[in-house]
Amino acid sequence: MAVQYLAANRFGLGRRWDDPATGDPRDWLTRQIGDYDPAPPAIAGLAGRGAIAEAYVDYQADRMAMRREANDAAMSDAEKGMDPELRRLSRSEIRRHYADAAAARLSAAVATPTPFAERLVHFWANHFAVSADKIAVIGFVGNYENEAIRPHIMGTFADLLIAAVRHPAMLLYLDQAQSFGPDSDFVARARNRGRRQTPGLNENLAREILELHTLGVRTGYTQADVTNFAKALTGVTIAGLGRGPGQRLMPANAQPGETVFIEPLHQPGAQTILGKRYGEAGAEQGEAVLRDLAVHPATATHIATKLARHFTGDEPPASLIERLAADFRKTGGDLPSLYRTLIASPEPWAAAPTMFKSPWDWTVSMMRALKLPALGEKQNVPAIFTQLGQPVWRPGSPAGYDDKVATWAGSAALMQRVELASRIAGRIGDRADARKLAPLILTDALTPDTATAIARADSPGQGLAMLFASPAFLRR
Amino acid sequence: MIFSRRTLIRSGLGIAAASAMPGFAYAAANTPRRLVFVIQRGAADGLATLAPTGDPAFAAARRALADETAGGLKLDAMFTLHPALAQSGALFGAKQAHFAHAVATAYRDRSHFDGQNMLEGGGSRPYGREDGWVGRLLTLLPAAERDALAIAPAVPLALRGALPVGTYAPSRLPQADADLIARLTALYADDKLLHSLWDSAVKTQELASDIGGNNGRNGAELGQLAASLMMPADGARVMMVETGGWDTHSGQRGRLAAQLRGLDQLVGALQAGLGPAWADTLVIVATEFGRTVEVNGTGGTDHGTASTAMLLGGGLEAGGKVSADWPGLAPASRHEGRDLKPTRSLESVIAGAVAHHYALDPKRVMGTLYPDA
Repeated sequence: MAVQYLAANRFGLGRRWDDPATGDPRDWLTRQIGDYDPAPPAIAGLAGRGAIAEAYVDYQADRMAMRREANDAAMSDAEKGMDPELRRLSRSEIRRHYADAAAARLSAAVATPTPFAERLVHFWANHFAVSADKIAVIGFVGNYENEAIRPHIMGTFADLLIAAVRHPAMLLYLDQAQSFGPDSDFVARARNRGRRQTPGLNENLAREILELHTLGVRTGYTQADVTNFAKALTGVTIAGLGRGPGQRLMPANAQPGETVFIEPLHQPGAQTILGKRYGEAGAEQGEAVLRDLAVHPATATHIATKLARHFTGDEPPASLIERLAADFRKTGGDLPSLYRTLIASPEPWAAAPTMFKSPWDWTVSMMRALKLPALGEKQNVPAIFTQLGQPVWRPGSPAGYDDKVATWAGSAALMQRVELASRIAGRIGDRADARKLAPLILTDALTPDTATAIARADSPGQGLAMLFASPAFLRR
Repeated sequence: MIFSRRTLIRSGLGIAAASAMPGFAYAAANTPRRLVFVIQRGAADGLATLAPTGDPAFAAARRALADETAGGLKLDAMFTLHPALAQSGALFGAKQAHFAHAVATAYRDRSHFDGQNMLEGGGSRPYGREDGWVGRLLTLLPAAERDALAIAPAVPLALRGALPVGTYAPSRLPQADADLIARLTALYADDKLLHSLWDSAVKTQELASDIGGNNGRNGAELGQLAASLMMPADGARVMMVETGGWDTHSGQRGRLAAQLRGLDQLVGALQAGLGPAWADTLVIVATEFGRTVEVNGTGGTDHGTASTAMLLGGGLEAGGKVSADWPGLAPASRHEGRDLKPTRSLESVIAGAVAHHYALDPKRVMGTLYPDA
C-alpha cells in the first residue's frame, strides 16, 4: 500500500514541496503529537474576543440605525446586487474578522510542520461544529477554533468538550446565551412584571451536546434528560454583546466577548440526568454533567466511530472502532493516547487512498505542494471554499460537514476543482515542473498512467493542473 | 460553472471595440484572404440543419421532429434549410453559401473527444496527430495571410503546428480548456468514480457554453468579436471560433433552433463586420459527427455519423448549391442501420474549399492538411 502517501494525506495535509523524506511514517506522525504548536504564527495576530464583540455591537447599531441607502458610501460592483442586509454585513468588521481568521487558518495549514495535528484541529472543529450562518456567530467562528479547539486537542476529551461548549460561538450558535432557568430569579421577576413574553429555557445546546458531541443519536437518553441537562446548563452567557436580558446582570468587570456565569439566570435545584442526580450549585452543575458525558461509554464509541471513519473511509472497520473505543474508555478520553492507537492500528494503512479529499483538504494540499503562492495576494480566501462547496466554518448545521466520499465527490464539484487547478497552474506556468513534483508529492501513490499523462502534457501549466486533478491527488 | 459564454462575449467586446479604432486601413486592392473555421462541438444534427425533406423515408424516421424545418427555405427538390438559418439562406440565394451533406471525417465511432480530435487534427485515427489541419495550412500561406488567432483560452488542436498562433482570451474564460478536459477524460477512464462524475460534468459544461443563448445574441456578439479581430491591418487572417451546445440528446426542437439561430447570427455578424473583406473570406462550419436518423425517447437524437458542413463567403466555388451524394434514409441505406451514411469525406470538402479559396494546388492542400489520408 501507498504508506507514504497515506501518511502525508490521510493523516496529514499533503506533502510540502520542501518536505524532507519522511522515513518511518508512524514515527513521523507520533512525533507530531509532541511537536504540535497550538498557536502558530499565522493565527497569533488575529483579533481577540473583545474586538469581535465590539464589531458585533457596531454591526447591530448600524442595523438599528437603518441608515438610508443614499447615506451609504459608494457601492462596489460586487455590492450592487446584494440586498441591503448582506451589504451591511459585507462591510462590517465582523465579516473582516471572519475573512482574516479563514485566511490565517489556510496559512497555518499550508505552513505547518505538524500536518497530522493540524488535520486533528480541523477534525475537532468540525465535530464541535458552529456555523457562520448566524450573524452573531460570524465574527467568533475563527476565534472559536483558535481558543476553544486548538489548545485542547492534545488534552482530554472532557476539557475539549467544555472549552467548546463555553465559547461564545457555540453559546450563540446553539442559543445557550438566551436560555434561562424557568425558575431562575431573572425569569421569576420577568413573570412578576407581567411581561407578555417571558424568557425561558432553550434546549438546543443540551440536545446537540448529547446527540452530536458526546453520546450520539439514539443512545438511550430521553426528552427529560435533554430538558434537565438544559436546565443544568443555564446561567452561562456572554458579556458585552450589548443586548439580551442578561446584560443588565453582567458583572461590572466582565470583558466584552467573555463567557460569564450569572447565578440569577441559572435554574436552581438538583437535576437528574441519565439516572444520576446532580446537586452541585451554579456553574459546577453543568460542568459535572459535561465531565460525566465526556467519559460515557457511548461517547467513547461515538468518537471512536467518527475518528475511524475519518482515517479509513465510509464504512470504518469494526475492529478499529472497538480498539479506539476501548482506548478511550481505558484512559477516560485521553486524546493523544487515542491518536497513538490510531497510528499504530493496521486499518488506516490497509487500504488504498479511497477517500475523496474535501475541498479544504484538496486546496491545502495543492498549496503545500507549490513553492510559489498559488493564490494572489488579494484573493478572498473564504470565496474559494464557498465556490468549491465547503465554506469555511459554515457547514450549515451543528452536525458539521459529513465525512463521506459522496459528500465531496460530485460532478460539478470535480469540474470546479479542475478549473481552480487550471487557474492556479496558469499562474504558476513553467515555474514549477510537474514531472519532478509528481513523485515528490504523490510519492508511492504515483501511477504510471498519471506520470505518463503529466509527462505528455502540452505545457508545464497543463502538467501541473493534471497533477492536482489526478485520481491520486484527489484522494486521501 | 464559473464561466458562461455571455460573460466571455460581454467582456470581450470592450477590447474588440477598442481595437476597431478609426485609422486602420481597409486594404482596397489585393485584400488579403481570410479564413474562419467555426467548430460545432458536440455533434450538430445535419438532418435538422439541412433536412432531406424530399427523401421518402425522412418523415417516418424523424416522426415528431420531421416538421422541425417547417417554414424553412427550400433549397432544392431534396433539401430544406432550418428556418432559424434565415441569414444563411439569404447568403445561399446570393451564391455565398454552400452546404455539403452526408459528409464525415474518417472517424467512425461516437465519442465527442475522439471525433473532435480527428476533425481538428485531421489524422486518420484519434490522437494520431499533435498538430491540426489549420496549423498545417498556415505553412502553405503567404506571410500576409497566416496570422492565426483562436478565440479560446489555449490554442485549439486545429490551429496547432509549426507556426505560432495567438489566442484571444477575455478575462473570464473557461479555466479548464477543452484539451485539458480531454486529457483528464483519458486519465479518469479506468477510475470508476471519477469517470462517471467527469462524464456528467463535461456534459453539463457542453450545455452551458452554447451560442444559442439570449435569443441568438450570443452568436451575434461572438461573430462581431471575431470580425473585429480580423479587420485591423495587422489583425488575424485565420480565425477559429468555438461553439458548443450541439449535443441535443433531448428536447432537440427548441435547443437546436436556438443553437442554429446563434450560428446564423454569428455568420451574419461576421459578414456585416468584415464589410468588403467578406468577398475574400471563407467561413467553414463543421462538426465532429452527425446524429441518429431516428428520434430517441426524449425528443432528441443520439450520436451518429455523417452530418452537414457549411461553406460561406464571397468567393465560393459552388455558392448557392447543395452538394450531396445522397445515400437515402431507409434503414437499409443507413450506416450500421441507424446513422446517415457518409458518402463523402469532410476532409475532401474542407481541402477543396481551402484550395479554391487560396488558389492552391488541391493535391498539395490535401496532402498537407490530411497527410495520413
